[in-house]
Amino acid sequence: MTSLCPQMWTQLSHRRSWRVNEELDRLEWRSMSAPLVSFRDVEKTYRSLQGVDYKAVEHFSVDIEAGEFFCLLGPSGCGKTTVLKMLAGFEAPTAGQILMDGRPVTGASRERAVVFQGDDSLYGWLTAVENVEFGLRMRRVARAERRERALRYLDLVGLTGQAQKYPAELSGGMKQRIQIARVLANEPKMLLMDEPFAALDAQTRALMQEELASIWQAERTTVLFITHDIDEAVTLGQRIGVMRAGPGSQVKGVIDVALNGARSRTDDVFLKYYRQVHDMIRDEVAAAVGRARRA
Amino acid sequence: MSATARRIWSVYGGYALGFVSLFVIWHLAAVYLVGSVLFPSPTVVFRKGWVLARTGVLWEHLSASLQRILAGFLAGSLLGMPIGLAMGSFRPVRRLLEPYTEFLRFIPSVAMITVAVIWFGIGEASKIFLIIYTTIFIVIINTAAGVSAIAPDKIRAAQSLGATRAQIFLHVALPATVPYILTGMRLAMANSFTTIVAAELIAANDGLGKLLWDGRLFMLVDDIFVSLVTLGLLGFAVDRLFRWGIFVFAGKYSPAT
Repeated sequence: MTSLCPQMWTQLSHRRSWRVNEELDRLEWRSMSAPLVSFRDVEKTYRSLQGVDYKAVEHFSVDIEAGEFFCLLGPSGCGKTTVLKMLAGFEAPTAGQILMDGRPVTGASRERAVVFQGDDSLYGWLTAVENVEFGLRMRRVARAERRERALRYLDLVGLTGQAQKYPAELSGGMKQRIQIARVLANEPKMLLMDEPFAALDAQTRALMQEELASIWQAERTTVLFITHDIDEAVTLGQRIGVMRAGPGSQVKGVIDVALNGARSRTDDVFLKYYRQVHDMIRDEVAAAVGRARRA
Repeated sequence: MSATARRIWSVYGGYALGFVSLFVIWHLAAVYLVGSVLFPSPTVVFRKGWVLARTGVLWEHLSASLQRILAGFLAGSLLGMPIGLAMGSFRPVRRLLEPYTEFLRFIPSVAMITVAVIWFGIGEASKIFLIIYTTIFIVIINTAAGVSAIAPDKIRAAQSLGATRAQIFLHVALPATVPYILTGMRLAMANSFTTIVAAELIAANDGLGKLLWDGRLFMLVDDIFVSLVTLGLLGFAVDRLFRWGIFVFAGKYSPAT
């Protein structure tokens, strides 16, 4: 029971009827277990240039709790990015509902910040620090305050000395750091990350994963992290939702990763989860490859 | 050689060498290959140019042409930008205006000279009209292309950072389009040179085209070549100046990066 419920109880107990009881149950349910984000039977159909309908996801349902790091893992082309775009509000579902805080998502909002896969989303005419303070500037936060906050987040992602450089002058890893600092500085309720490290080299990727994990430990912002990399999912995720191969994909199963703090890739427990996820996704990858070959 | 000297050499040395070789080849061709008064060598042309410059005739023609180009070019660019932005941003506007741009841009400005002279006479107005005409469509088309080339993620990022539609236009779409606008203006500048000479050839009291035409009329071959060389050098200089301006004032928007 949360702190809200006992108060409600004493207020209402003197005139309890079945109606009140029901109301109470509803309140209790909401305050105790309402997820931050809830996909309910979501479906998305795209129409190709040839006019053929393609169902990317179908009967897609999953809940994301406030404060958790949720990885959505799936073979390529299974609709992971589609799911993220719908939650971000860039695209509307064809059917079903996406709720955040119990309200349907109707468009993009600063509550749900997005870290994109490539560096297209950065503004090439702005310096690193100006990119980071973009959201604050749009909200008319005072210049000194937003600069101070932007520099703090650049510091957090390890770009202290690069504030005055333009994105074109920075490496791929640094550009992704700017993106991460930019969304954190805007203080969203939730981060949506679409394979943010996929284009980086292996060493940089491992380093960025470590840093993201420690940033998340400190900030505890809810994260939906899209990836096709099992290793990445087990390294970062608290829960891993494994998706089926498309078309008409949905979550095949959710795995709780009971690992805390530093996760070593050579630990037995890490390997246990890796194997578990691997077993779940193996058939789906084979299906995706087979389907691509036939199509 | 110091580092700066080497840098200057690497930038300008090539240009200098290129120009020198151009004039050497021209000289050799004129003196040894053709050997006719109808194809004067560069020494003759530069001597004649020096005379025309000292008497002030050259400057008169040059400034007349340059003023027309500048006025028309600026007006055409300033008109073209908002139209291009609107066409690139709103599909209905694009549908509405595309017949105009797609129809008119295939009628060359040279073909419009006759109409311009009938409408505006042989004074400044007709020249400036023609330069605007030759500038505006290139700027419109480049600007509109720039708007549609904006990476969707740039817009989406702004949306999910909390920017309004107006803010996205002002702080994302506009700056992202600047390199395209500048490229369009550079192309338009080159067109302006073609147009102004053609217009002045047909109807004008002064200008480099008039110098050219008078040269033909009175068989002053050297004058013709002075005009041609001046046009070439002027075009080259203006284009460099434009690129330098982009580099200095709009470095981060530079089309090169």
